Amino acid sequence: MNGTGVRAVNGLHVARIGAARGGLELRHTLTYWPDLVQTLVVAGAQIVVLFVMRGNHVPGTTFSLGSLTLPSVIGMNFAFTGMLGVVGLITVDREDGTLLRAKATPDGMGAYVIGKIVLASATTLFGVVLTLALGLIAFPGVVLTLPGTATLVWVGALGLLATIPIGITTGSLIPDPRFLGVVILPFGGITAISGIFYPITHLPGWLQAIGQVFPMYWLGLGMRAALLPSHLASVEINGSWRLPLVFVALAGWAVLGLAAAPPVLRRMARRESGSRVAARRERAMLRRT
Amino acid sequence: MSDVAAEVRDLRMRYGTVDVLHGIDFEIRTGEVVALLGPNGAGKTTTIEILEGFRARSAGQVTVLGSDPEHADERWRARLGIVLQSWRDHTKWRVSELLHHLGGYYARYATPELPRPWDTAELIELVGLTAQAGARIGALSGGQRRRLDVAIGIVGRPELLFLDEPTAGFDPAARREFHELVHRLTDREQATVLLTTHDLAEAEKLADRVLILGGGRIIANGSPDELALSLSAQAEVRWTVDGRRFVHPTDQATAFTRTLFAQYGEAVENLEVRRPNLEDTYMTLVQEYEH
Repeated sequence: MNGTGVRAVNGLHVARIGAARGGLELRHTLTYWPDLVQTLVVAGAQIVVLFVMRGNHVPGTTFSLGSLTLPSVIGMNFAFTGMLGVVGLITVDREDGTLLRAKATPDGMGAYVIGKIVLASATTLFGVVLTLALGLIAFPGVVLTLPGTATLVWVGALGLLATIPIGITTGSLIPDPRFLGVVILPFGGITAISGIFYPITHLPGWLQAIGQVFPMYWLGLGMRAALLPSHLASVEINGSWRLPLVFVALAGWAVLGLAAAPPVLRRMARRESGSRVAARRERAMLRRT
Repeated sequence: MSDVAAEVRDLRMRYGTVDVLHGIDFEIRTGEVVALLGPNGAGKTTTIEILEGFRARSAGQVTVLGSDPEHADERWRARLGIVLQSWRDHTKWRVSELLHHLGGYYARYATPELPRPWDTAELIELVGLTAQAGARIGALSGGQRRRLDVAIGIVGRPELLFLDEPTAGFDPAARREFHELVHRLTDREQATVLLTTHDLAEAEKLADRVLILGGGRIIANGSPDELALSLSAQAEVRWTVDGRRFVHPTDQATAFTRTLFAQYGEAVENLEVRRPNLEDTYMTLVQEYEH
């Protein structure tokens, strides 16, 4: 067999074990009640908040603000689970030694990363489907048409690609779970200027410009395009869903993340060792006492 | 298979401006159980992490199972087993599920002489976790968790197994069980083992050979018996005369006992001569080094 052939077989073996790993971890998440309760509570709370907002109207229209916000929240959830969720998974795995275990196992790092991608994609989609199902029942303004479903699928797929690699990169750069706040705070700030809970057109122009840098705005916009009647595009920038730009922006973040994740992850994994895990554990014990 | 599992020549390690290893040399022969001893900060963990391929060395030659750990591939990785002190991973997984999953990584590295991985049920029985096979790992006791760590370390039937302070935090019963497990492993699998420990009785019990690391150098290298005999640690003679207890440390236990009898004759009771054990040797060595 030539070198490429060997690599292809290796790749297939790693992909198979990694997929099995992701599947097992998904099952643990869905059968481990603290995790499951958290997922259900988050989805439920979002729906309740939106339901309370349903009496308010989108400025200048008679459309329910709750119905407008539901697709935006689905877009936000991609960024939330795909990016922030992955950052959390990786920092925890570094602290408890899961990552070191992967490093000590042949082909372990490759399978670990594939497993995380599978797990993050599946939990994101699980949350999205849950919110969407509840939303379709509670908000008559939200509709799922055939072309809308197609938009939902491609925006969602690109959304996973745009957020998970960035989450892996960020998670690899954070030295310790203590620094999670450094990620969560700006994340909250970005949410506020991404037009999730209120139309972005009501923000000052410079904040609109910053908001449009990050994938969350584009995920929200893409989801609104997929799930709302077309006349609501009037409250968006340029009065349009700007789907080609949604594609370009999300694809750009996907390329950036896919390029950055492997070297950053490799560098982090190379530095991981038993004494580092032990040192982090000691710091964690000090924090708790 | 070569008869040398690992070879270290003039290994040096420097962190910033601090030298942790000042050029150490040793080798581990195939099938040997070697214990690496030394006070905290002597460089034990650094040494073992370099051999495991987890840490890049500053200088020197290191060969483990025929490869340089810094540039070795996944095939090489599959021949090693590693058990560290501080693993708390995979707490949501079940015991047999995790062992079965991790075993899967090794299947493609099996050879006709070395079938890999270990059968999950057999392995669970070997480490005495049959009753916990379906339990969540987060629910295991400390000793059970440790035995699981060993099972994970050997699931790929390693040719070389690293055990870093395997019994730290064990109660005496768990420690004894663990020693029996290591004996079973080395008898049955002829695995080569490098272990670090603070427990000298443990080193004496498990190791064919002991390396003592002090201040970044190897200060002793030999079987536990050789070390105890070759070094100037003193024997201890204890006795009672008329109900009074006496203790006398001496280099010449035989000569001293002879004088004792010459002087008191039958009045000497409860006579005990304790020859230096590994712990005495170790303390002597480390004290010498520290002065």
